[in-house]
Amino acid sequence: MKIRLENVVKTFETFRAVRDVSLTIESGELVALLGPSGSGKTTILRMVAGLEYADGGHIYFGDQDATDIPVRDRGVGFVFQHYALFPHMTVAENIAFGMKVSKVKREKAAIDARVVELLRLVRLEGLGDRFPAQISGGQRQRVALARALSVDPKVLLLDEPFGALDANVRHDLRRWLREIHRELGITTIFVTHDQEEALDLADRVVILKDGHIIQQGTAEEVCRNPQSAFVMKFLGDANVLAAEVRDGKAYASGAAIDVSGMADGKAELYARPADLDWSAQGPGIPASITRVLDRPDGRRVLATTETGDQLEFDVEPERAVKAGEGGFVTLRRAKVFALG
Amino acid sequence: MGVTRTGRKPPRVGDQPLFRRMLIGIVLVIVALLIVAPLVVIGVEAFSKGWAVYRDTIIHPDTLHAIGLTVFAAIVAVPVNTAFGIAAAWSITKFDFWGRRFLLVVIEIPFSVSPIVAGVAYLFVYGLQGVFGPTLDEYGVKILFAIPGIILASMFVTAPFVARELIPLMQAQGRDLEEAATSLGASGWRTFFSVTLPNIKWALLYGVVLCNARVMGEFGAVSVVSGNIRGQTNTLPLHIELLYHDYQAAGAFAAASILALIAVFTIIAKVALERQGAGRVRRPALVANPAEKTQ
Amino acid sequence: MRRNVLPGLRLSLGVTLFYVGLIVVLPLAALVFKAASLGPEDYWRIVSSSRALASYRVTVLSALGATVFNLFFGLALAWVLTRYRFPGWRIVDAMVDLPFALPTAVAGIALTALFTTNGWFGSILADLGIKVAYTPLGIMIAMCFTSLPFIVRTVQPVLEDLDPALEEAALSLGGSDWEIFRKVILPLLTPALLAGVSLSFARSLGEFGAIIFIAGNQPMSTEITALLVFIRLEEYDYQAAAAIASVLLIAAFVMLALTNWMQSRALRYTVRG
Repeated sequence: MKIRLENVVKTFETFRAVRDVSLTIESGELVALLGPSGSGKTTILRMVAGLEYADGGHIYFGDQDATDIPVRDRGVGFVFQHYALFPHMTVAENIAFGMKVSKVKREKAAIDARVVELLRLVRLEGLGDRFPAQISGGQRQRVALARALSVDPKVLLLDEPFGALDANVRHDLRRWLREIHRELGITTIFVTHDQEEALDLADRVVILKDGHIIQQGTAEEVCRNPQSAFVMKFLGDANVLAAEVRDGKAYASGAAIDVSGMADGKAELYARPADLDWSAQGPGIPASITRVLDRPDGRRVLATTETGDQLEFDVEPERAVKAGEGGFVTLRRAKVFALG
Repeated sequence: MGVTRTGRKPPRVGDQPLFRRMLIGIVLVIVALLIVAPLVVIGVEAFSKGWAVYRDTIIHPDTLHAIGLTVFAAIVAVPVNTAFGIAAAWSITKFDFWGRRFLLVVIEIPFSVSPIVAGVAYLFVYGLQGVFGPTLDEYGVKILFAIPGIILASMFVTAPFVARELIPLMQAQGRDLEEAATSLGASGWRTFFSVTLPNIKWALLYGVVLCNARVMGEFGAVSVVSGNIRGQTNTLPLHIELLYHDYQAAGAFAAASILALIAVFTIIAKVALERQGAGRVRRPALVANPAEKTQ
Repeated sequence: MRRNVLPGLRLSLGVTLFYVGLIVVLPLAALVFKAASLGPEDYWRIVSSSRALASYRVTVLSALGATVFNLFFGLALAWVLTRYRFPGWRIVDAMVDLPFALPTAVAGIALTALFTTNGWFGSILADLGIKVAYTPLGIMIAMCFTSLPFIVRTVQPVLEDLDPALEEAALSLGGSDWEIFRKVILPLLTPALLAGVSLSFARSLGEFGAIIFIAGNQPMSTEITALLVFIRLEEYDYQAAAAIASVLLIAAFVMLALTNWMQSRALRYTVRG
């Protein structure tokens, strides 16, 4: 099912949660709505579900205007942030609920068979008789997914699906959700504030800020070509240096980067820690190391330039560096965004 | 951009306008008939024979004595029950000891026992047929059919009022603050007055207000132990019964209007205290979805 | 068990035990002792006399009627007060506590004034051929009044705290309002409803002040058990009073035990496996 949002607006009291958002999600696509809290991502998801009504604009499911269709008739599967499993029903009863209340009447045997099938899909065979309080967080998450899938939804919506889970469980479930999506091919939208989760999982990432879409594209597109300082910062660690653009070159702390086509003026230079190199001899930006943080996959070096800027970069685990040492930082690549 | 339709909410369960209006209508009618009407009828009946009769009833020595006795009972019983409530809440919530849950159940017993049963029970302790009655009589101590009996019976009926407000709240607040204060060298009393009390004051006052209302209005238990001696052991509720059975209905309602007024003030105080957060913490067993809450 | 580090256990527990012992346990023990001193045959004769049996009948049946009424009305009232906002809802919310705050004797004479044949409601009902005052119906109405807040006040906070996502989940799965209410909301309210019902029923069984004015107090028809105890006392028949009072006491304890049992059963699903 293709989903289209057209100039959607939502205001709560005086807070403008979503401002004029237009977005198209192709049938079968797996899309992440990524943004900090208050960016409007959950509100957009809830409007697609019909759990909130848009104040302005339209939401289309295929060719049908679904803006005013209530949630119970919209045919969406929704996985809630804290799962919202019915605590007084067993796992199997939770999964069967949607089929039991459906307008399409089903035989009890058919419902039971479908429950077994769904339990197998989410790899919870044998746990059907447990109550939600008796299973782990990761298992609850999978029950919530099975329950949402039980009504054969046209679109699957997940609100912070892994937010309440431990880091290692989260990793496994992420891969597993990707597999399920490939298997079922259902149009899926999920909301997250975790860039790594969005980049790992989604076909397309939609980055939101203050109720607007800031940028969207594949993981590769948004990572390689961030179009704003916000996206650059939000997607991962970045060093920031004040820069000056003159005649197609940006100058910052004595380094120069080619930015042909950019207008002259004040700007900011962004560089990922991996984009910086360290050498004892020049050329480069003179700096001295203030701290070294050892991590399993390398060494993170914190340094201060002569102009007082703080920089972070990574060196190989074997590299001998220590606090107090002087040297030079070279820029392998960087992004420059004009100020104002 | 389309027309804006600010504030539209998808319907929740039970939000169809017709159903909603009907339910509100039915409920309001029943509230009016069952709760508001009795309050109104008290006022109407109290003044049915005119202002003079009302005034005469109120300033009659027997009525004034009954008011005095009711206030006196409250002045004794409420502080004692407050002290007990604090002690019970402190011991039950700040310590682990064997039989704690059982003690909780015992404290709540007066809520489920008929006031008449309470009155009769006191008869068998302090009455002439009772355990201590004959001995007390020898020494000339009169408890039953006298003021001490009235106060004791009131205490029984209202024993749980303060404790039941404090216990769930102090349970929810835990022991960390008190343990921190003690570890900094504060004494037990100091810890209570400067750490615990500020956090429970509204709930405490809430319990006190409800306890007071019940002491002043208690009828069944008191009527068994008081002896109904006019001008001596008649509390205000008993005085109302006396006037009523004397075919002085207007007088009875005049006396009742005082208690009704106290009830209205009690409710106002209750609402005010609830705005301060009192009366909110419930026993965990009654909270929905404990499973979801413990995630 | 963790070590007790806070001071004041001995003082606070001492005060508590002394007070509970003196004020609550001692009188009830004296009552039980008195009733037990009767001997099984006398005891049985008194508590199973036809007048006593008639009083149990009218008390229990009226209490059942009042509790069933309050179950539906209390639930509806709690629902209206938590789900809907209308002008004056705060006043209605505050008024719910009136039956707790209003002394029972005051409630008793007020209800009687309303329901006697020349009262506001009584005169209308009399035209319809319904007599309330001095009949079991009057007893039931007095019980409805005094025990009304129990169910409202136990259900209301649970309804307020109900996770809205549960309802949204049920809606997204296509449930109708009625199905969601019956299969999701009502089961989650059940523990609170049971608690409210048993409190309401227990209160009705023991209620005295509000009832005696409206009941008519005719032996064998409108005489409640609590009143029978009172009458036996006035007749100086202390043993009979003790015996019948002990029946009320046992009923109260049974209700307490039943409440705890029903609650733990209704909350089985929250126990972690």
